[in-house]
Amino acid sequence: MSLDAEQSQPVLQSYVGFDSITSQIEKKLLKRGFQFNVMVVGQSGLGKSTLINTIFASHLIDSKGRTQPDEPTRQTVEIHSFTETVIENGVKLRLNIVDTPGYGDQVNNENCWEPIIKYIKDQHSSFLRKELTAMRDRFIQDTRIHCCLFFISPTGHSLKPIDIVVLKKLTEVVNVVPVIAKSDSLTIEERIAFKQRIKEEMAFHSIKLYPYASDEDDDHDQALNESIQDLIPFAVVGSEKTIIVDGKTVRGRQNRWGVINVENENHCEFIHLRNFLTRTHLQDLIETTAMIHYESFRSKQLLALKESGQQQQQQHHHH
Amino acid sequence: MAHRIGRRKNVKKGFQFTLMVVGASGLGRTTFINTLCDADVVPKRESDEPDMAHVEEGIKIKPYTVELDEDGVKISLTVVDTPGFGDMIDNEYCFQEILGYLERQYDDILSEESRIKRNPRFRDNRVHALLYFITPTGHSLREIDIELMKRLSPRINVIPVIGKADTFTPIELADFKKRVMEDIEHHNIPIYNFPFDPEEDDEETIDENSELRSLLPFALIGCEEEIMVNGRKVRGRQYPWGIVEVDNTQHCDFAKLRFALLSSHLQDLKEITHDYLYENYRTEKLSRSAENLSE
Repeated sequence: MSLDAEQSQPVLQSYVGFDSITSQIEKKLLKRGFQFNVMVVGQSGLGKSTLINTIFASHLIDSKGRTQPDEPTRQTVEIHSFTETVIENGVKLRLNIVDTPGYGDQVNNENCWEPIIKYIKDQHSSFLRKELTAMRDRFIQDTRIHCCLFFISPTGHSLKPIDIVVLKKLTEVVNVVPVIAKSDSLTIEERIAFKQRIKEEMAFHSIKLYPYASDEDDDHDQALNESIQDLIPFAVVGSEKTIIVDGKTVRGRQNRWGVINVENENHCEFIHLRNFLTRTHLQDLIETTAMIHYESFRSKQLLALKESGQQQQQQHHHH
Repeated sequence: MAHRIGRRKNVKKGFQFTLMVVGASGLGRTTFINTLCDADVVPKRESDEPDMAHVEEGIKIKPYTVELDEDGVKISLTVVDTPGFGDMIDNEYCFQEILGYLERQYDDILSEESRIKRNPRFRDNRVHALLYFITPTGHSLREIDIELMKRLSPRINVIPVIGKADTFTPIELADFKKRVMEDIEHHNIPIYNFPFDPEEDDEETIDENSELRSLLPFALIGCEEEIMVNGRKVRGRQYPWGIVEVDNTQHCDFAKLRFALLSSHLQDLKEITHDYLYENYRTEKLSRSAENLSE
């Protein structure tokens, strides 16, 4: 063992074998499976359900849109969650999709975001309670929302006042990834201008979007995050239908004037969003939910508990 | 039938027509107006500062007048734009503003009619048709759509249209149109549906009106720029996957709606406004005043 003035790492004289810990962990995790909770927020008719089904390449959820004339125009935002387990190469992913139908569809949308924020906080709350229980489970079931996909209507103008209000509230409690829905109604020029405008507005309102910069990031992570931040909001098109393009079967939409290939990067940014959510940042979304949002919630709660406990003690003393 | 006679009579003098356009921002309302008039009637929204996005500006009512020439027939067209509708968090106020505007025009006629000395330069500002832009959700009508059409149809001819219809595939469009019309029927919303009399009207009129009725709600795409397609200059939108042509009836219903509004059904819309909608308002208002006097 040689030690320099600069603490250098000891050199191993022979193979120890602890490098197998990564595959030991992998084996354990494969057995346990992973949990990913994603929430979709946006006005009805923006293709939320279709996009989820397109990202995970399977029919997971049905659209909640109003289709029958005798269905009431929804009065409240009812939050539904659906769990499906999908398997890929032996990796089990338990997907929990939380839909928030009815948001922004009423004449008066005052406070329609409250049930959504409450739902997110309730999951943190429930997790905290389970953690604090004396006899707690070995693995607490995680229902905390790891990612909130926020759907922006493709108006081509700017964010709406309701979008700004909700984005502000959401980014305080959850990882928010904004997408421009049904972007096939925007020409490329319009899309570029619209994105630029949205970015300016978000910057103006100091809306903090995922991914967040971290001290742990190396150059590669930083570069990746910067390219993601450049792309956000993702201009997407979803489709569960397939069409044949150049002999290949792809997911797309067929119009009288052309064929939109969802998986073509020149048509829309679906591939980027899909890769971002599932291939590069899936683990980070789960981790930052626990380490940033949950921690923040937890410390506020525990502080509040401590303070109310102290207040009660003081009241006792005075009596 | 009446509209054809009217046309022959007034061809030299030209016509006056007022159209109101209502719909949430971003549905192509403004572009439609400019496309309809083939001119920059409504100025492009100035790039507001990003600090304005969260400000709820409320609805504004803005009339613009253009002189058009439709195949030799002069039309003085007034288009009333309503920016801000549906953009606020609480949109209840928007309805009142629009209704108030429509009724004020009726009130002006009412008071002018009752004058002993008439004003020779009096302008009739009554609105003859309202194009309501439905969001292309792919589901059915939203609460705000139903409320607006229900509340305004007693005062004006409401014609529902689908804004930015190029977001639909042909099947999706057909399904959406069907669902919207079922919804309109279910909620008993008396929209303007190109009425005809199967007994009285000639076959041509019946066919024409049936076709227009079957197109409801009209699928609209707006475009102010011209691009080259196969050596021709067309008004269209260029996407990476193809070009949508505004004037191509296979792509959207713009051309048919325009012809109906500015030629074939202009008179009908005006007559219904005067003989029916205005009359109803007049009767309601005068009976109310009569009731108030007798109390």
